[in-house]
Amino acid sequence: MAGIGPLSEEGLIRLLDHHGNRVPDATYDQYVAHLTMDDLRSYWRDMTLTRAFDMESTSLQRQGELGLWVPAIGQEAAQIGSARATRDPDHIFPSYREHGVLFVKGVDLPQTMGMWRGMEHSSWDPTAHGVHTYTLVIGAHSLHAVGYAQALNWDGLVGSGDPDRDGAVVCYVGDGATSQGDVNEALIFSAVNDAPVVFFIQNNQFAISEPTTRQSKVPLAQRAQGVGIPGVRVDGNDVVAVHAVTRWALEHARSGNGPVVVEALTYRMGAHTTSDDPTRYRAAADEQYWQDRDPIARLDAFLRTAGELPADFEEQVREEGKELARRTREAVKGWQRGPVLSMFDNVYAEPHPLVDEERAWFARYESSFADTEVTS
Amino acid sequence: MTTDARETVRTLTLGGAINAGLRAALERDPKVVLMGEDIGQLGGVFRVTDGLWKDFGDHRVIDTPLAESGIVGTAIGMAMRGYRPVVEIQFDGFIFPAFNQITTQLAKLHYRTQGRISVPVVIRVPFAGGIGAVEHHSESIEALFAHTAGLRIVSPATPQDAFDLIQQAIFSPDPVLYLEPKARYWDKGEVDTARLATQLDAVNGASAATAEMSSARIAKPGTDVTLLAYGPAVRVALQSAQIAESEDVSVEVVDLRSISPFDMDTVMASVNKTGRVVVVHEAPTAFGVGGELAARISEKAFFHLNAPVLRVGGFHTPYPGSKFEHDYLPSVDRILDAVDRVMAH
Repeated sequence: MAGIGPLSEEGLIRLLDHHGNRVPDATYDQYVAHLTMDDLRSYWRDMTLTRAFDMESTSLQRQGELGLWVPAIGQEAAQIGSARATRDPDHIFPSYREHGVLFVKGVDLPQTMGMWRGMEHSSWDPTAHGVHTYTLVIGAHSLHAVGYAQALNWDGLVGSGDPDRDGAVVCYVGDGATSQGDVNEALIFSAVNDAPVVFFIQNNQFAISEPTTRQSKVPLAQRAQGVGIPGVRVDGNDVVAVHAVTRWALEHARSGNGPVVVEALTYRMGAHTTSDDPTRYRAAADEQYWQDRDPIARLDAFLRTAGELPADFEEQVREEGKELARRTREAVKGWQRGPVLSMFDNVYAEPHPLVDEERAWFARYESSFADTEVTS
Repeated sequence: MTTDARETVRTLTLGGAINAGLRAALERDPKVVLMGEDIGQLGGVFRVTDGLWKDFGDHRVIDTPLAESGIVGTAIGMAMRGYRPVVEIQFDGFIFPAFNQITTQLAKLHYRTQGRISVPVVIRVPFAGGIGAVEHHSESIEALFAHTAGLRIVSPATPQDAFDLIQQAIFSPDPVLYLEPKARYWDKGEVDTARLATQLDAVNGASAATAEMSSARIAKPGTDVTLLAYGPAVRVALQSAQIAESEDVSVEVVDLRSISPFDMDTVMASVNKTGRVVVVHEAPTAFGVGGELAARISEKAFFHLNAPVLRVGGFHTPYPGSKFEHDYLPSVDRILDAVDRVMAH
């Protein structure tokens, strides 16, 4: 990695080139040797459905149904390929754009929309799916991931050799987050404690408008060297390579060998959020270059060339996508906020007199309007 | 459990009582872990964790890398897996690198997850001044955190409360800042070490502990003036009250113990009796806890008050060099001056 910048494609682990041709790799082939065509079709399905959900969500924001949307278009291979390498004992700390990860882990995507509609700050049970809430303060969750992983060590859930028992933590961060103090502290704390964490950096080349060159002089995976842990760069638009590298990284962590950094070089094909305007800071030619490297198209090409994407399967997935979009639309539009006094709920786990007093006062205030019925 | 009460009362320093409370919590629950800088072999810069590393080992008493945000942030992750981390921030003025983790994460996770996740992290902070220290080693940080919903903030003034509050904080399901009045670490007092175990053993012990931790204590009864204080200011308030008594002014001293929430019932019972209030704390009075108390008291008891609520505390300056601190901190003279002013009405 010496001498190359943070956006260089030189030396990336790649198992499918951008035309969808299989590229052999002496180190990583073994981590995908078990994959069948059915597996690869299911990756294609996960990516396709995630994108259908994503497109619908952008539309819903444009129609005023969501306050904000954060598209993940272009990052499906990085998200699906890595999440598909996790197992039940693993725990995931996403950033806030990991819709594909949520999908893989069985979180019902339509039911995640409360936070974007302004109903609540998070809408799924982190303990039920092994996926923590989204965290909007960039990089803050990386330290939670490390603490969680240290606790896995203490609980004897690492390095026993039992695949049903051993777990690790995947922490998703972006290129911008690598400049945060918390992420650097997370690298240090995890390294000195041999915490089983895979730091999965999606280098989508932009932190809103700032290119990765504003965050780093070197490839982001190289940060690992400074704390004495392995760092690997992978083509983030190659779902097969991402899967292979993440599988290796998770096995490393679960076996008790400590943390790993995986950097997936990808491209944020859409805006940072629906409030952003990428035409102000990036060239159409660059967008076209990455359009030609669309991660779904790459797997699509591989499967079609192999004659492994039958029309009825494709049709079935397209219909599933429409159904997911329909359910998303329905969930969002039907989502009514709870009683007004519920905004006072769960500030504390135990009663807090100041909160109770304000809640009681607000209830009386609301009740003073004849036509308002207040329920707690 | 039947224990002869006489055997369980010990004379301890305030710092020693915290140590005994931490030891009791470590013994009670294997999920309790201590983390911080220099708290292991050294026993902490104030020796509050002295002997615990030796008795409980590396996995329960953990020396961390030197990064406050990392300490608090990793503690949050451990709490998500059922641990009860007790972290030490070495000095008040060093808590700010962790400000983000404390205010945007620790304080809000229970709310963010609709109560699905509790984060029972305790942050111990040697705080406030009076020990002749250099910059950043004498600050009163409570108002900066009290403004954030989701945190509880307590500060003991006696060895007994130091022993009880640290355990109540640890077994409360909410995150707690436990502010240790460092200038009082060497104050001695009797500590009943058996009572709290009974409370925590009971059904709903954590709820009872949280409620009691949030209650104020009448440190000295009186009828003419109420002094509201907490942590390091309680001792100077009591000294002032004694002198006032000799001048026939009866002063009640309320030790709040808990800053968020504060115990408004106990405060109001005292205010309704005396009609005169002086709030005493080391923190700057501007935008502070005293202002909050004064506002709430005037909202609730305007017609019971014989005088405006006064505040005695630090000034709107950075904490000065230590040769100035005895003028900066609330002194007996400044408190008695305020007592005279409320009595003049």
